[in-house]
Amino acid sequence: MTAYAARFPILSRLLHWLMAAMILAMLFIGIGMVATVSKRYELLVSIHRPLGIAILILVVVRLVNRCLNPPPALPDTVPPVQRWAAKASHIVLYASMVAMPLVGWGMLSAERYPIVLYGPLQLPSILPHNVALYAWLRSLHTYLAYLLFFTFLAHFGAALFHGLIRRDGVFESMASWRSRASK
Amino acid sequence: MSDDQSGETTSKRPLTTAGVVIRLGAIGVAVLCVAGAFAYTGGWLSPRRLTEDRMLAAFTDAEGLHPGFRRNHAKGVCVSGWFDSNGQAVSFSTTTVFKPGRTAIVGRFGLSGANPFQADQPAIVRSMAVKFLLPGAGEWRITMNNEAVFGVNSAQGFRDQVLASIPDPATGKPDPAKVKAFMAAHPETVRAMAVIKQSPPSQGFADSTFNSLNAFRLVNAAGVSIPVRWATVPMQPFAAESAARSASNDENYLFDDLIQQIHQHPLRWRLMITIGQPGDPTDDATLPWPADRQQINAGTVTIDEVSSEDTGPCAYVNYDPLVLPSGIAPSDDPLLSARSAAYSRSFTLRAGEEAEKPPSAITRQDVQAGGKS
Repeated sequence: MTAYAARFPILSRLLHWLMAAMILAMLFIGIGMVATVSKRYELLVSIHRPLGIAILILVVVRLVNRCLNPPPALPDTVPPVQRWAAKASHIVLYASMVAMPLVGWGMLSAERYPIVLYGPLQLPSILPHNVALYAWLRSLHTYLAYLLFFTFLAHFGAALFHGLIRRDGVFESMASWRSRASK
Repeated sequence: MSDDQSGETTSKRPLTTAGVVIRLGAIGVAVLCVAGAFAYTGGWLSPRRLTEDRMLAAFTDAEGLHPGFRRNHAKGVCVSGWFDSNGQAVSFSTTTVFKPGRTAIVGRFGLSGANPFQADQPAIVRSMAVKFLLPGAGEWRITMNNEAVFGVNSAQGFRDQVLASIPDPATGKPDPAKVKAFMAAHPETVRAMAVIKQSPPSQGFADSTFNSLNAFRLVNAAGVSIPVRWATVPMQPFAAESAARSASNDENYLFDDLIQQIHQHPLRWRLMITIGQPGDPTDDATLPWPADRQQINAGTVTIDEVSSEDTGPCAYVNYDPLVLPSGIAPSDDPLLSARSAAYSRSFTLRAGEEAEKPPSAITRQDVQAGGKS
C-alpha cells in the first residue's frame, strides 16, 4: 500500500476552515435567534444578515477556486459506497451554502422588509412583494438549515472516521498544515 | 513524529478491536455534543425559555387562534398619508425623515388583543403604527400606544400579564386571584397603572396621543447619540370619552368614527420628540420621564386615506420597532428585541395562513360606506 499524501491546495484549505467557522456560527445564530425574545435577538439578527451575505460571496469564490484548483482524488482504498456518500454530501453542502443566503435574501425581499447589512448599507429586493412566497421561502429557509446542519454532522463524523479509524490521510488532506513534499 | 514523514500511513499499526470501539465512541460523543449544543441553542432542551413561539402561544391561549391575523393588536384598519418634516430635528439625527420635506407614510390603527373581532371599548389600548417610506434606501417603522407608559418592562412580564388576563369561562372576567398574583410579582406594573390612569382615554383614535413607550437613540452627523422617546400628539381637539358613544350597539364604533372623520377631512398629529437627559430610564418602558424634558416638534403626520386591512397597504407590513433608518438607533430597552422577535414570528405565521384568513371586522364595504354608525 502506498501512502496517500495528497493535500488540498492552500487556498482551498483556508476557504474551507474560514467558511466552516462562519457556517457553523451562522447555523447556531439562526437557530438561536428564532428561539429567544431576549436582547440577544437584536444582536443575533444584526450578525445573521451580513454574515449570510459574506458566506454567499465566499462560496462563489470557493466554487471558482474549486474549478481552478480541483481537490485531490480520494485514496483508492475508499469503498465505492463511501465515495458516493462523500460526493453526495459535498453536493448538498455546496448547494445549501449557495441556497441558504439566497433564500434568506429572497424571503425578506418578498416580505419587503428592509435588508440592512450595516448602517446605511442595504440590499435591494430580488423578488416581488408576495406574502405567500415569503411564507414558503421562510419555511424553506428552516428546512434547508436543518438539512445543512445534519449534512455538516455527517461530514464532521466522516472526517473524524477518516482521521481516527481509517487513518487513510483523507482527514490530513484538509486538516493538516504540515508541509509535504508531494501535492 | 518528525516533520516530513511521507510514509506515515504505512507506518501506522493496525487498531485493536477495543481501539476501534473507543475511537468510534469518541466520534459519536463529538457528533452528539455538537448536535446537543444546537438543540440547546434552539431551545429544545429549555422548556422554560421564553421563545417567540411560547410568547405567541400566550395570546392564542388567551383569545384563541385567529388564522391570518396579527397575534396581537389583531383588529385594525390601514391608513395612508404623509409626514411633513419641518427640519427642527435635523440637528439630532442624520435620518432623511427629519430633513425638511415630505415623506409618504402607510399606517395602521389597531386595538390591543388577539381577537380581531372584539367589540370596541374605551379601555382597550389603542395603537397607531406608521411606516415612513424614505426616499432611496431605508425605512422607519414605528408603533405607538395611547398609554403614557407601558404596563410591563420585560417580555416575561408581558406574557405573564396576558396569561393573567385570560377571562375565566365561568365569569367572563379574569380570575382575580391570578391578577392579584401577577400584580404582586410585578410592582412595576402597579406603578405604571397609576401613571396610565392619570390620562383617561379620549373619545376615539383621532384625538388620542400615541406614545413610543420604548426609548430610542438619535444619532447626528457628529456621531452624538441622545436618548429619545416620541409621540404623535393629535391636532384634533381632545374630547373626553363619551359613554353614549361607547355604549352604542356599534361594535366597531372607534373604527367607524375614524373612517367617518378621515372621509370628512384629513387627520393630523404632531410628531413630538422628547429629549432624554442622562439618568432618564431607557431600559424600562414602565417609567415616565420627567415632564420638563425638552420636546421638539419634528413635523406633522397627515392621514387622508383609510382602508380595510383586507385590501389595504398595511395588511402585510410588520411594524417591527427595529426597522430604523440610519440616524435612529435602538436603546437598551429589552422590549425592543422582544417585540421585534415576536412580531417577526407573528408575521411568518399569518403569512402562512393567508389563504385561511376570514374577512376583517372592518371590511372594504364598511370603509366605502363611510363607517356605519
